[in-house]
Amino acid sequence: MIKHLKSAADLDAATATLILDTAGEMAALAGREVKKLPTLRGRTVVNLFYEDSTRTRISFEAAAKRLSADVINFSAKGSSVSKGESLKDTALTLQAMGADAVVIRHPASGAPHRLASWVDGSVINAGDGTHEHPTQALLDAYTMRSRLGKIEGLKVAIVGDVLHSRVARSNVLLLTTLGAHVTVVGPPTLIPLDVAAALAPGIKVTYDLDSVLADSDVVMMLRVQTERMQDSYFPSAREYSRRYGLDAPRMRKLPEHAIVMHPGPMNRGMEIAPEVADSSRSTIVEQVANGVSARMAVLYLLLGGKA
Amino acid sequence: MAPPRADTETVPGKVILSGSDLHRVVDRIAHQILEKTSGATGTVLLGIPTRGVPLAHRLAARIHAFEGIDIPVGALDITLYRDDLRLHATRALGRTEIPGDGLDGRRVILVDDVLFSGRTVRAALDALSDVGRPSSVQLAVLVDRGHRELPIRADYVGKNIPTALSEKVRVSLAETDDGVDEVKLYGDAA
Repeated sequence: MIKHLKSAADLDAATATLILDTAGEMAALAGREVKKLPTLRGRTVVNLFYEDSTRTRISFEAAAKRLSADVINFSAKGSSVSKGESLKDTALTLQAMGADAVVIRHPASGAPHRLASWVDGSVINAGDGTHEHPTQALLDAYTMRSRLGKIEGLKVAIVGDVLHSRVARSNVLLLTTLGAHVTVVGPPTLIPLDVAAALAPGIKVTYDLDSVLADSDVVMMLRVQTERMQDSYFPSAREYSRRYGLDAPRMRKLPEHAIVMHPGPMNRGMEIAPEVADSSRSTIVEQVANGVSARMAVLYLLLGGKA
Repeated sequence: MAPPRADTETVPGKVILSGSDLHRVVDRIAHQILEKTSGATGTVLLGIPTRGVPLAHRLAARIHAFEGIDIPVGALDITLYRDDLRLHATRALGRTEIPGDGLDGRRVILVDDVLFSGRTVRAALDALSDVGRPSSVQLAVLVDRGHRELPIRADYVGKNIPTALSEKVRVSLAETDDGVDEVKLYGDAA
């Protein structure tokens, strides 16, 4: 087993499948009266969050607690970071406290890689800048597999701001490893060709959402980050929504079995229409529940055995 | 699937139970369960992966053949409850399947292939208490090889095999081991 989870590229097909299988067993626990396992008793997991996050932090916290690990939550606000402490000094502090795993979210791409060289414990990337968010990709893959039965051969369209999306990057890497056919869709400004080519070999690019819908098993909508709207990547929110938003007429073009995913938080009415988000095709609530199972699997596989 | 067991693959072991012996032993345990539980009403068989699960299914099939009753069969994976997780590389999880009606108020019979230190059973008892509250718990094993490290005993034993600590007992079942049914003992010379 690998020691850190910094990138979805750290996972080969066998390891990724092991994580998904393990997540399946963890998910079975959610239906039990006692949802706690003694597995990580005495281990310490630090949630080191330099960016705001609700679902990812809570998801990791729930996952660690269900495995009986001790959880320390650290958010940059109200800590020594606001007094100017560097990531390295914070890391050395955590190291001195004996953290067995550090879950890090940081606005700078690559921060988890630096952190891994300073601490002895495992480092889990919970989102770094515009780079990667591997546990999101794992929970998305788990959701696809539980809804559609497999991943190999699935046609997956990832729609939106591919350039800035760590969710998209990790998903492309993981899904390609697992044998899915990925097409990225969005305005040309948000999918420069060199970026798309660098993501993974064999990835397809299109700027026309309507052309891929009829032949997609999965449509994954990315959040339009409001801070990008000021940067003139597209003329207006309304135009983006018209061309790349998933509304009810577009949803009707999808095959019968196709599912609609969104990593959250959603801009309802922007990239996804409310009637789509609330439809039976939407897996958005399932994704949150699956997030806890996938993260339990990652924590168990990284921390459960001999260090 | 069963994990590979390459360590005992090359040396010939001593056959303790042949295929037909093994079938007779399973038949006997099935009869004993029926006798000791007065017809096995309210009983659930839970196999401990890997080889406890097919054994539990065989016992249920034999009980059905003898008395025509269907006993719920499930699987209880104990990996997450082990006390030696930190001594080995991370283990892959087995399947846990609890029969639909649950375990509350029922007599649960845990089924495993080999009873050795007793630590697996200890972990199974912990796992069981998180899944439900059986009225009682019993233990059925195909082979008891001794060397208990905890105060645990089996209610149904297929065969007692006196062993040295350095020896290995290997149970093969058709369902998990390429169609072979047998129990072999491997010496420390291996």
